[in-house]
Amino acid sequence: MTGIHRDEMLGLICGGVALALLSLLPLLTEGFYLSFGVNLVLYAALSTAWSLFSGPTRFVSLASAAFFGIGTYSVALWLDALPFVVLIAIAALASAALAALIGAATLRLSGVYFVIFTLGLTELIRQIVSWSQSRFAHKMGLYVFTDFTEGDLYWMLLALTAATFSVGWLINRSRLGFALRIIGDDETVARHVGIATARAKIVLFMISGAFAGIAGAIMAPRYAYIEPQAAFNPMISFMVVIMALLGGTRRLWGPLVGVVPFTVVMELIAARFPNESLIVVGIAFLAIVYVLPSGVTGRIECLRERLRRSLGTGVDAPGCGKIEGRA
Amino acid sequence: MKPALLSVVRMRKAFGGLVAVNDVSFDVSEGELIGLIGPNGSGKTTMLNLISGALRPTSGEIRLGRNQISGLAPERIAKEGIARTFQLVRVLPSMTAIENVIAGTAFVGDRTWGARAHTLAGALLERVGLTGRENAPVSTMTYIDQKRVELARALAADPRLLLLDEWLAGLNPSELLIGIDLIGEISREGRTIIMVEHVMDAIRTLCSRCVVMSSGVKIADGTASNVLADPDVIRAYLGDDDA
Repeated sequence: MTGIHRDEMLGLICGGVALALLSLLPLLTEGFYLSFGVNLVLYAALSTAWSLFSGPTRFVSLASAAFFGIGTYSVALWLDALPFVVLIAIAALASAALAALIGAATLRLSGVYFVIFTLGLTELIRQIVSWSQSRFAHKMGLYVFTDFTEGDLYWMLLALTAATFSVGWLINRSRLGFALRIIGDDETVARHVGIATARAKIVLFMISGAFAGIAGAIMAPRYAYIEPQAAFNPMISFMVVIMALLGGTRRLWGPLVGVVPFTVVMELIAARFPNESLIVVGIAFLAIVYVLPSGVTGRIECLRERLRRSLGTGVDAPGCGKIEGRA
Repeated sequence: MKPALLSVVRMRKAFGGLVAVNDVSFDVSEGELIGLIGPNGSGKTTMLNLISGALRPTSGEIRLGRNQISGLAPERIAKEGIARTFQLVRVLPSMTAIENVIAGTAFVGDRTWGARAHTLAGALLERVGLTGRENAPVSTMTYIDQKRVELARALAADPRLLLLDEWLAGLNPSELLIGIDLIGEISREGRTIIMVEHVMDAIRTLCSRCVVMSSGVKIADGTASNVLADPDVIRAYLGDDDA
């Protein structure tokens, strides 16, 4: 809580080195590997942003696609009028505002309602955008033409991932992060020590949503033609949840462990069996919930704890193999 | 007589048809240690939950100093200066002892945080007899030690009013003596305390005043010795034959 521990210092150095190495990718390759790299960092950013909120609160959000789409549309609507940096800020603010609304409406309810609400809301926004486009603009989509290369987008997404990590790390060290750990442990105690639990959750959901919105804004130039069906694609929400759960949400870097293998698998599936990708997503979801409920990192920590205990020095590992999601 | 710190006025809590607390009124003065006693199911813990905000009253009013606190959310009441322990000990299981205590101070009052919170929490753990156990995970601690952590967490808020819900329950005889001493010390420092308790030795030793409840109604209010000799109180505890 005070000062920087040695582990954290080590993590910082490793993270810095990894970031430096990864940022070299656009200089080394173009085409397939770079485009794969963009997907990878995109989902790294989205999953990490998702688990900022869903990790400690255990509320499963399916609103990633809503934030992503709002970010994409922020760019598509005003690209000709405003500089890109301003558009990114608009994307962040609009997504945070949406998160605040969702939070105020649902976070007092139990987790199941929250899941359904976020899924339904994303669909609703998509329908509203489709309707208003055909009603008022008389067209299906919007063109986004910029001078950004694939490499530029990759760098921006990489920077976004790094920013998400840094903010997550700062939150963990802050009063807000501490409040969320207390809420995760015992919400009754949290309220009795003076934590406005609903507000804490909403603030965190806004931060998480803002990052997903920025990811959408950065991706807009890549699509070139923005349609509601692509921008608010619910597949984005599902992929984010599956990757984060596969990696595990107890540690900040947990989702990354899920993002890398899953992106590779999805890329292979999309290339060989393009029509079966939904089936794979479904099976993967079931497998994760049943076999690895606390994710790869959770499993590793659990085994390590069990090993230490069998050596007679450890302590009880709470929730070995416990279902993480409250929903 | 000192001015009342806490005023409970015709407080009522009904769960459907069951009236758990039935128009109960009492005052607590600054610095007082009062015992809230009564047989099982008489509404003591419900009363405490109404004061701390865990439950919303059906009717009636509670004031802390000049501020009305009844109907406020528990986090607001905590900020007004009321801290509590729970009947079934509630520590934060994933955290260490010192983190549990810091939780008590980080969100109320001047929101002590960082190095100062560490120092404060360390001193409080020493205070409740857990010197050197700062970094022990609470999940590995014994029941009494968890109760100590919970007490330290409540004290960390530096509350104007401390609510202890059967804090002495479940302790063995030697632990009980230590516990009674500890509460006595805290009270002598001038802290205002309401304790719900079944351990009569503790009531006699510690409480200057007792409020007795039975079936949701206040049946006696006075010094511990007077109240415990009251025929109504004896009847409530032991039945008609012994009154």
